[in-house]
Amino acid sequence: MPHSRTVEIAVGMFVAAGLAALFLLAMKVSNLSSFAAPQGYVLTAEFQNIGGLKVRAPVTVAGVQVGRVIGIGFDNTDYEAVVRMAIDPRYDKFPVDTSAAIYTAGLLGEKYVALVPGGAPTYLKNGDRIKLTQSALILEQVIGQYLFNRADGQK
Amino acid sequence: MDKKNAKDDRTDLVVQVRGLRFLRGRKVIFEDVDLDIRRGQVTAIMGPSGTGKTTLLRLLGGQLRPDAGTIVVDGEEVPRLSTKQLYRLRQRMGMLFQSGALFTDLDVFENVAFPLREHTDLPESIIRDLVLIKLQAVGLRGAASMMPAELSGGMARRVALARAIALDPMMIMYDEPFTGQDPISKGVIVQLVRLLNDALGMTSIVVSHDVSETAAIADYVYLISEGRVVGQGAPETLRRDASPWVEQFLNALPDGPVPFHYPAPDYLEDLLAGAGGG
Amino acid sequence: MGWIRFLGRIGLRFFERLGRGHLFLVQLLAALPSLLPRPGLVIRELYSAGVRSMLIVVVSGLFVGMVLGLQGYNTLSKFGAAESLGVLVALSLVRELGPVVTALLFAGRAGTSLTAEIGLMKATEQLSSMEMMAVDPIRRIMAPRFLAGFIAMPLLAAIFSAVGVLGGYFVGVGLLGVDSGVFWSQMQANVALHADVINGVIKSAVFGLVAAWIAVFEGYDAVPTSEGVSRATTRTVVNTALAVLALDFVLTALMYGVS
Repeated sequence: MPHSRTVEIAVGMFVAAGLAALFLLAMKVSNLSSFAAPQGYVLTAEFQNIGGLKVRAPVTVAGVQVGRVIGIGFDNTDYEAVVRMAIDPRYDKFPVDTSAAIYTAGLLGEKYVALVPGGAPTYLKNGDRIKLTQSALILEQVIGQYLFNRADGQK
Repeated sequence: MDKKNAKDDRTDLVVQVRGLRFLRGRKVIFEDVDLDIRRGQVTAIMGPSGTGKTTLLRLLGGQLRPDAGTIVVDGEEVPRLSTKQLYRLRQRMGMLFQSGALFTDLDVFENVAFPLREHTDLPESIIRDLVLIKLQAVGLRGAASMMPAELSGGMARRVALARAIALDPMMIMYDEPFTGQDPISKGVIVQLVRLLNDALGMTSIVVSHDVSETAAIADYVYLISEGRVVGQGAPETLRRDASPWVEQFLNALPDGPVPFHYPAPDYLEDLLAGAGGG
Repeated sequence: MGWIRFLGRIGLRFFERLGRGHLFLVQLLAALPSLLPRPGLVIRELYSAGVRSMLIVVVSGLFVGMVLGLQGYNTLSKFGAAESLGVLVALSLVRELGPVVTALLFAGRAGTSLTAEIGLMKATEQLSSMEMMAVDPIRRIMAPRFLAGFIAMPLLAAIFSAVGVLGGYFVGVGLLGVDSGVFWSQMQANVALHADVINGVIKSAVFGLVAAWIAVFEGYDAVPTSEGVSRATTRTVVNTALAVLALDFVLTALMYGVS
């Protein structure tokens, strides 16, 4: 056993390394950091159907992530899903007639919100609502509709 | 009972064992053993190997519990003590194990300092002084920084002795202190046992089968064989005892009441049985 | 009838040891408060249990992570899902491989030396002589080693997982060309702090307790001969491996299976 000072320093380094590893796992590997930082301004949008959209799903414009979904609620009067999104404050020039749609990354991948900017001269502010929305594509509905149409055509 | 030269003062007894019975499995180790150990004396417990002399020390130290009988050490009945009381009693006892049992990961100094550090809150400078005093007493102050692996058997035993007296116990128990030592270290330890006993006013119990060394320093001797006390008295009186067993043991005769052969079936029959089977 | 008796004897011996082990655990836990005024004892043992296990844990973690990166990429790219490599590597490590493999390495590296050390102390009468010096070996020798093992294991498992993720990153991003940003963002999007990271830490703490307990108990319970100590050392590895793997199933079922 080496000298007690050396032992103490080595143990201190060991504990520090262990805690650093835990910190790395918490901050870098898992999504604690995104929990801790819901900065940015908030926009809401109402959808008829959000499919499998989850909180923390990305919000993109032209394929670039500009924010995250921070909350999903339900409007009890018009029976629509309310999606709250935090948008990076660097991107603060979305026209008021911007539209939102829910897409799927790949055929079976994650759902995300895509914004398509419009042409109005005024911009969306914190707390504003996006009026033009397009619901998620529900695969079962599409297939059902397709089969229904074919059956109709064959008659 | 030979009580010729025993003082009848009961308080003078550090250890008092009455009717001790101890079994290991079905084997009887001790049966109806009575022992008295007087304060300030060196008492030797002798007997052939395998008679449970080490077991006796463990019984005195409370590491084993007897199946019957009483063991009183310094006024306290050992088998009845709670763990806490037992540990308090053990602080007043020292024990020297046959192997020395030094802590192999600590150097000589730290080995001797171990009981001081565990049981006292003394400042480092006083601990250092005490350790050096104990090491000086066994003549190994110069070896303070050595590791146990670097010591010879005799030195290791002396370090263990320094450790056993670190807390100035009132009684010290030696388990085969002379076994496996060369004549010089044997002589050193013989002297140390007597010297420490008288200088520190301790009581010593020496368990041994080395007749001449033990007889040289003991004030009183108990001879144990097959679980019973077969003889007791001062060494000179014992030598005059004509009991054939005592004579065989003290004079190291190969054959006598203790036969050379372990009990076995008839030699010739045994050989023939083996031949028939093969 | 002989073999039934034989089975019975084995069963009795097993349960007797199990009972002794649990009594011993109670004694260990009862001795822990006595360590509070003496943190130095635990620090020394953290050195042997933790610092000396670092090298093997870091190296193994790195290689396990690299293998996961390689294997994961080969399989995932068949389904066009190579972006999920980070998720696969991180989840495998944090949930399962980190705690389990670290516990097995810990049993081999630190557990065996604990058992051998305590077994030899018993064989050379050091424990006995400590008792005769009125020092309780459970408090002085066993409890600090047990506590150090219990503390060291979660830290070692975290180091293993973190290094493993880096190993997966080197192979996936550095060698196989997965996009670095996708690797991390997919990982962050799909690894949950509570469900994955914290559950992994809980697992490794449980394994640490079991591994340290078994190692110390086997040493304490060893037959005090050289053969006895060598058997006890083997038993430490075997019993820890069995206990950790069985407990892993139970914990996984509790954490992820029933929901």
